[in-house]
Amino acid sequence: MTAAAEQAARVVRRGLGLSTLGLLGLGGVYLLALGHTPVEARQGLAQKIFYLHVPAAWAALLSFSLVGIASALYLWLKDPRLDRFAAASAEVGVVFSAIMLTTGPIWAKPIWGTWWTWDARLTLTLFVFFLFIGYLGLRAALHDPEERARFSAVVGILGMLLVPFIHLSVYLFRTLHPQPIVLKPSAPSLPPEMLTTLLVSTLVFTVLYLGFVMARYGLALADEEREEARDAG
Amino acid sequence: MPDSLRLALAIAAKDIRAELRSRTALQSALVFAALVLVVFNFARDPTVLAATDLAPSVLWVTFALAAMVALNRAFNVERENAALDGLLLAPVPREALFLGKLLANLAFVGTVELVTLPLFMLFFNVSLGRALPGLLGVTGLATIGFVAVGTLFSAMAVRTRFAELMLPVLLLPFMIPPLIAAVQVTSRLLADRPLSEMWGWLRLLALYDIVFVTLCMMAFSSVVDE
Repeated sequence: MTAAAEQAARVVRRGLGLSTLGLLGLGGVYLLALGHTPVEARQGLAQKIFYLHVPAAWAALLSFSLVGIASALYLWLKDPRLDRFAAASAEVGVVFSAIMLTTGPIWAKPIWGTWWTWDARLTLTLFVFFLFIGYLGLRAALHDPEERARFSAVVGILGMLLVPFIHLSVYLFRTLHPQPIVLKPSAPSLPPEMLTTLLVSTLVFTVLYLGFVMARYGLALADEEREEARDAG
Repeated sequence: MPDSLRLALAIAAKDIRAELRSRTALQSALVFAALVLVVFNFARDPTVLAATDLAPSVLWVTFALAAMVALNRAFNVERENAALDGLLLAPVPREALFLGKLLANLAFVGTVELVTLPLFMLFFNVSLGRALPGLLGVTGLATIGFVAVGTLFSAMAVRTRFAELMLPVLLLPFMIPPLIAAVQVTSRLLADRPLSEMWGWLRLLALYDIVFVTLCMMAFSSVVDE
């Protein structure tokens, strides 16, 4: 095994280790959410899904913002590591968005009485999800690594600038989505048990994000190594 | 006239001349737009929904789909006989090249829109009257934005295996803000509402145009230069 392949394997192992840690933490979040937090007075048990939905939304937002930043930096520095990171982050972001977009309707059906509504935040996240599926599709359809990196960086940057526009254009419709509870100017207005669970869950999802991205990054490294070995041999 | 603008106009003129000589793409796009309008007419229950309630969205979905067909063509023609390589070897700044392609695409999409508009009035029994100048204005404003993004993306999409599919998947999310704004303004125009109700949307359109035309022009060299 070459030194580069060994390094790739090391990164994958580290990523998988971190992901395992995150998954164990996720088990802890379930225990906290079901056993530790009080039942919300008006929404009942349905509210418990927030402990997954909100952190998943956070992780998706984090992934996509980092794709945009890494894309902009790539066009400037032309460092292949930035491109590899952007690709890994986009893929992981799609997974977290899928979690957000499925847990949302499951909660919305009993509480709002409808699975889906064309509210500003919902529409925004749905289109960002589509955008990154397109981003990954473009990557899959290109062979030359350098060309793939340049093209996807351009889409990544444009995508980052599209987000405020989608938000502005759908904002004028009346919004149904719950207003901020934690991140708002006044103090968070929820019981301490709920807040700790939510914060723990956000931390766990961040660890999961890091673990997944690291594993995916290592796999991309290994893939490149294999391609190179095949071209050389 | 500044040099790059002159070059951009020359490139646009080349594209328009080539299109006028063959006319195949333009004819197909026009027939396509007319067909979409006809199909929409059957998708609506006339006893439930008045034609005018649906008209703005029908008009804009038709424009968007026709633009997609037109944009797919933009760099496809340059790929034959490696014409794009010749164009890139010419001493033309990339910004001027992008602008030229953008202008040609705007002429193409604009023609399709101008022909679709009377058909739309005919099929959906809409009398535009005083709304016509406003409608032309908002059409131009919205079209510039998404055609700019589409021009950039079609230069990328032709390099992929499924170019005809790749372009819509990439471009449709970018069409959402201009389409929403254009539909809102169109329905207010048709209902004869005052300008103050459309002002926010028009500003959004203008901002979108400024941001994305500039950005696409800057990003174009990253797409074509290896």
